[in-house]
Amino acid sequence: MATQPLEIEIVDESVPVDVVADALNRRYDAGFVTDIESESLPPGLDEGVVRAISARKDEPEWMTQWRLAAYRHWLTMTPPQWAKLKIGPIDFQAISYFSQPKNRPKSLAEVDPKLLETYDKLGVPLHERAKLAGVAVDAVFDSVSVGTTFQKELAAVGVVFSSMSEAVRTHPELVRKYLGSVVPVGDNYFAALNSAVFSDGSFVFIPKGVRCPMELSTYFRINAGHTGQFERTLIVAEEGASVSYLEGCTAPMRDENQLHAAVVELVALDDAKIKYSTVQNWYPGDENGVGGIYNFVTKRGDCRGARSRIVWTQVETGSAITWKYPSCVLRGDDSTGEFHSVALTHHCQQADTGTKMIHIGKNTKSKIVSKGISAGRGQNTYRGLVKVEKGAEGARNHTQCDSLLIGKKCGAHTFPYIEVKNPGAIVEHEATTSKISDDQLFYCRARGISEEDAVSMIVDGFCKQVFRELPMEFAVEAKKLLEVSLEGAVG
Amino acid sequence: MMETTMLKIENLHARVAGKEILKGLSLEVKAGEVHAIMGPNGAGKSTLGNVLAGRDGYEVTQGSVSYDGKNLLELPPEARAAAGVFLAFQYPVEIPGVNNTYFLRTALNAQRKARGEAELDSMQFLKRVREKLAVLHLKDELLHRAVNEGFSGGEKKRNEIFQMALLEPTLAILDETDSGLDIDALKMVADGVNAMRSSERAFLVITHYQRLLDYIVPDVVHVLADGRIVESGDASLAQKLEDHGYAWIAERKLAGAA
Repeated sequence: MATQPLEIEIVDESVPVDVVADALNRRYDAGFVTDIESESLPPGLDEGVVRAISARKDEPEWMTQWRLAAYRHWLTMTPPQWAKLKIGPIDFQAISYFSQPKNRPKSLAEVDPKLLETYDKLGVPLHERAKLAGVAVDAVFDSVSVGTTFQKELAAVGVVFSSMSEAVRTHPELVRKYLGSVVPVGDNYFAALNSAVFSDGSFVFIPKGVRCPMELSTYFRINAGHTGQFERTLIVAEEGASVSYLEGCTAPMRDENQLHAAVVELVALDDAKIKYSTVQNWYPGDENGVGGIYNFVTKRGDCRGARSRIVWTQVETGSAITWKYPSCVLRGDDSTGEFHSVALTHHCQQADTGTKMIHIGKNTKSKIVSKGISAGRGQNTYRGLVKVEKGAEGARNHTQCDSLLIGKKCGAHTFPYIEVKNPGAIVEHEATTSKISDDQLFYCRARGISEEDAVSMIVDGFCKQVFRELPMEFAVEAKKLLEVSLEGAVG
Repeated sequence: MMETTMLKIENLHARVAGKEILKGLSLEVKAGEVHAIMGPNGAGKSTLGNVLAGRDGYEVTQGSVSYDGKNLLELPPEARAAAGVFLAFQYPVEIPGVNNTYFLRTALNAQRKARGEAELDSMQFLKRVREKLAVLHLKDELLHRAVNEGFSGGEKKRNEIFQMALLEPTLAILDETDSGLDIDALKMVADGVNAMRSSERAFLVITHYQRLLDYIVPDVVHVLADGRIVESGDASLAQKLEDHGYAWIAERKLAGAA
């Protein structure tokens, strides 16, 4: 199997770019808008809108009812206030809940060339390039999935990798069985909203004993203005199956705040393994905090079977506000959950992120490595829960939580919650806070390395432990992203 | 053969945290020479090294420093490095997670790029690394560790010399590289310096003790006291200092002032 690394470059360097414009845009390279006609629902949310979304996707009645139940539940809820975040009021009636490119393609060959160009710019290999890279990509543009590569090759081994809309039609029994089984519709405010209005996302099913022959990947992009993006991802690995899934995100620069409220559910049965990696580069807003994506995401994995394993790795450099806690429910005996995270906040970005490890089964293990980087006026919070239930004999957790500060106006905060109901559990927590010191910078500069390169080198060193968990091509992108995101952080 | 002046320091005054440390220091170093700067604690030895390398917080209030005919003081530290100035630190810092090899390759290529030379690829770079390791009798293991992370005092100093060997500077300033070293490490440092001595390169060896100068025999020895060079001589001056301490210099200075 070809595992040639996929080069994910944010800017296609073969395209000559005006030097000045390039310099201006460097801070957020993915900030272009693609000029394609899109079809959107008018802004606003009521039962009619929920029904309209469902109808547009030709969904069966059970799905429509599922959405409506979620919507009705959402109406009774209020946004969470406990996070260490300053969030302006969100007018849910001003958002358009559905936007899709006009002229919907029937197959990959019919995809609007401009759209393909966009993915080219983002470095997403939708055509033949994908084959070289050995990565199957499902690309979600605004609300709909525009093309899934490699479906045939995957189908040959029984793997289902499709858009969620398609899966509702082609594999309704699987979707019905697992959707909402990890994150119930009423789990939290944003998950309930997502359940009501989610427009697309990816569905992955790896049957018993199958090792997915390639990395699977989704690229999300918000393009239209005044829209929200509510995608829903469901990954099921049956007994003994394994899969590595990558997710990347970008959005154009706009001076409004756009809402991204996704839900990701992972189910791992006996001996199954799911590795889920994210490089999140949503538009972070400008240096004064105008615009940017509100990234309010619920991600949860259920280690439902014995000896199952779920690994979350995330590199969060984008978004104005990030509210996100990829978690593992360690239900099966001897199951393992891991969370490796780099979260960066620069300028006025805020992040309240971390994980939850819920130990239920016996001899369950969890590992948390969180690296928070704050620069400018960025505020970075780690919030994590390690919970050991009464029956979780022999549970073990190790948490390492490091913060790096760059400059004097930023902040790093750590809120580790530990609830242990089994006296035999071993729970360890280590935390450090450090600064990039003038001594380190001078040392690098005295060796000929510029200040900017020195900062990214030191930051890269700080994140190394997490980057090692990423598939090679993502590690390269993550490193570049940090460099771009930290521009102007020193001096 | 006409020797050329590489470094010319004239009437240098510098302040640190508002306090004047260098008070009219003058010094001339020619290519091919090794100069030792000795002196009591607090004389301004390390300040001189830091001013030459361009550290923030060291404010030059008067005087000039020319290097290769250029005004060194107006260059940022990285440009000084690219121009061939190297400071072996008295207290090398740790950079966790940054691999030593990667650090050095980045440094070397940044310098080469600044000088308009072709960057070295991994193979070329590794070849060079192996050569230098062999010359210095250092273990490969050094390459796989993070920059100075968890290094002993002696290892840090050796690493500085290794960096110097690899970067091949024109003017190397060793800031008390001998302090805290046992005799084997001291010899290794001296071997490293001696192996690099050439007619195009100069060394400024800052030290508190004469010991190192048994192994690195300097062309000129200067005594720095209270921010000025108060005495210069040949290698025998170092021995005299070792025998009599710094007090006689201070006395003579007082006598001269009277």
